[in-house]
Amino acid sequence: MSGNSSLPDAARDAIRESAARFPSGRQRSAVLDALRLAQDGNGGWLSVELMDAVAEELALPPIQVYEVATFYSMFEVRPVGRHCVSVCTNISCWLRGGRELLKHLESRLGISAGESTVDGRIFLKEEEECLAACTGAPMMMVGHRYHENVTPDEADRIVERLR
Amino acid sequence: MDLVHVCMPPPDAERPWRLESYEGRGGYRVWRKVLAGELDAGQVLETVKASGLRGRGGAGFPTGLKWSFMPRDCEQPTYLVCNSDESEPGTCHDRDILRYNPHVLIEGMALSAFAMGATVSYNYIRGEFLGEPVPRFLDALDEARAAGLIGRGLGAAGIDFELHPFAGAGAYICGEETGLLESLEGKPGKPRFKPPFPAQSGLYGRPTTVNNTQTLACVPAIVEKGAEWFKSLGPPNSAGTMIYSVSGHVERPGNYEAPLGVSFNDLLEHAGGVWKGRKLKAVIPGGSSVPVLPAAIIRECTMDYDSLSEAGSALGTGAMIVMDDRTCMVSVLRRIARFYYAESCGQCTPCREGTGWLYRMLTRMLEGRARVSDLDLLLSVANNIEGHTICALGDAAAWPVQSFLKHFRGEFEEKIRSSRAFARQREAAYA
Ligand SMILES: Cc1cc2nc3c(=O)[nH]c(=O)nc-3n(C[C@H](O)[C@H](O)[C@H](O)COP(=O)(O)O)c2cc1C
Ligand code: SF4
Ligand code: FES
Repeated sequence: MSGNSSLPDAARDAIRESAARFPSGRQRSAVLDALRLAQDGNGGWLSVELMDAVAEELALPPIQVYEVATFYSMFEVRPVGRHCVSVCTNISCWLRGGRELLKHLESRLGISAGESTVDGRIFLKEEEECLAACTGAPMMMVGHRYHENVTPDEADRIVERLR
Repeated sequence: MDLVHVCMPPPDAERPWRLESYEGRGGYRVWRKVLAGELDAGQVLETVKASGLRGRGGAGFPTGLKWSFMPRDCEQPTYLVCNSDESEPGTCHDRDILRYNPHVLIEGMALSAFAMGATVSYNYIRGEFLGEPVPRFLDALDEARAAGLIGRGLGAAGIDFELHPFAGAGAYICGEETGLLESLEGKPGKPRFKPPFPAQSGLYGRPTTVNNTQTLACVPAIVEKGAEWFKSLGPPNSAGTMIYSVSGHVERPGNYEAPLGVSFNDLLEHAGGVWKGRKLKAVIPGGSSVPVLPAAIIRECTMDYDSLSEAGSALGTGAMIVMDDRTCMVSVLRRIARFYYAESCGQCTPCREGTGWLYRMLTRMLEGRARVSDLDLLLSVANNIEGHTICALGDAAAWPVQSFLKHFRGEFEEKIRSSRAFARQREAAYA
């Protein structure tokens, strides 16, 4: 769960590319992309050093980066497991077993939602809100990948495959 | 009930997200006319106005009218922003437009930007869509750019149309249009006071229009086939089609695009009816923010703006959440309350505090730590949020509470009593 404190060159290039989509002087608009790139290159979470590096890259006061990193649910500001697993328990999923699916994974992995496994393999996110796959309920997201109409057995197989 | 495809591709289309497929179906014909100088902005604007198209993002505001608030012939840039933040619980059709018909959205954005005199546009896509919908949309952008359909000085008419993608990072409130603009500027997505409206001061303080994905996806067909055709698809005040996201307790959940004004019963039947042979109890007809309707009322409704608002609810996003006769309405309402509590941006006291109270009171009711008289308190908390906040999230948190209590109060009273009795028994057993 340790991480980098500086941005890899590829991330720097991508951040510049992202900033080019906005008018000059509006590079602050690229902060979400920049944080995402930084987080992806750091095992799924943002350290203060990384946020500072993003601030420097975009020439922003660090506070403007911290406030974004803590406002949005897809950013983590503490170490978490390598694979992020989220189970939607919002209404359409709730009606078709989303809550039971989450409970099942909690007991299977021996952790509560919001925690990571001790081997650092899996981070089970807090009860997730609607991920806009309601007609495929219940559903879960692993990394950026959606799995729809998931049974508890399938959920087991999905998390077992994660290394 | 017949499906009609305006925003979704025909079901038999192969790889419908590819440019080749879209053009094979007549796609980009209208935009090419514009680029050739054969169609002017006024004509596009007037056609959309006359078509009766209303915003599909939830509020149903007339689209052409909204565009006409943009200042004419003003200095550039002015902006069109597409709202693909799709996070209203129950709603999942914008995701399918992005996955299966991204070019209809690109053409719709091009025509709409042109009609309102904007030269730069952004599509704000929710961050959770990075796996599949975003790559599809990016590939389509590349195709359209290579084909000379996006860029500067396009066609004989020399039109400028830029389109940039943008990915959010998880926050329901960024679907609210001014929260979205804040987020696009790289800030926390906290909604702005209105006025000024975005058409006066939007992105970077410039005139801006925000429209929903499905709204914009309707535009190419409207301009091509005409306002009268679009109007004739639905009943008065409800022109065109809707992609109904049917979820919950039905046999075949799915996104079904059909004309506005289809009867609820036909739509339910199309989705295979209530699952497991059970009976219908209630329906939330337009995403979790609109009032719930019991079976007896929704059974009489047609799925359009007027019918659902006369019944005391709203078409909202057209996301129909179906509940069978075994559903516990108290648990459902508690889950909905948790959502608004979690997603409140915290700027307004009634919303920040009130949503937490609603959630905690409903939790107490389920845990046997409430009295029947607490229902009045619950309602008064909801009433105190409604209409007292910067954005409509506050109202959206209040309406479910008000409507659940209006139609299912007896069940709430019963649940409070039985949970209380159960909690007492348990205490006695452990004493
Ligand atoms: C809390 C809240 C969340 C919203 N979420 C969305 C959304 O996810 N997608 C959307 O298109 N509109 C959403 N809206 C509505 C937008 O504010 C705006 O009205 C809409 O994007 C305008 O597009 P339209 O006129 O084409 O419907 C939301 C509104 C509120 C108050
Ligand atoms: S109503 Fe709620 S979500 Fe909207 S601005 Fe106020 S606190 Fe934020
Ligand atoms: S309610 Fe689970 S994806 Fe929408």
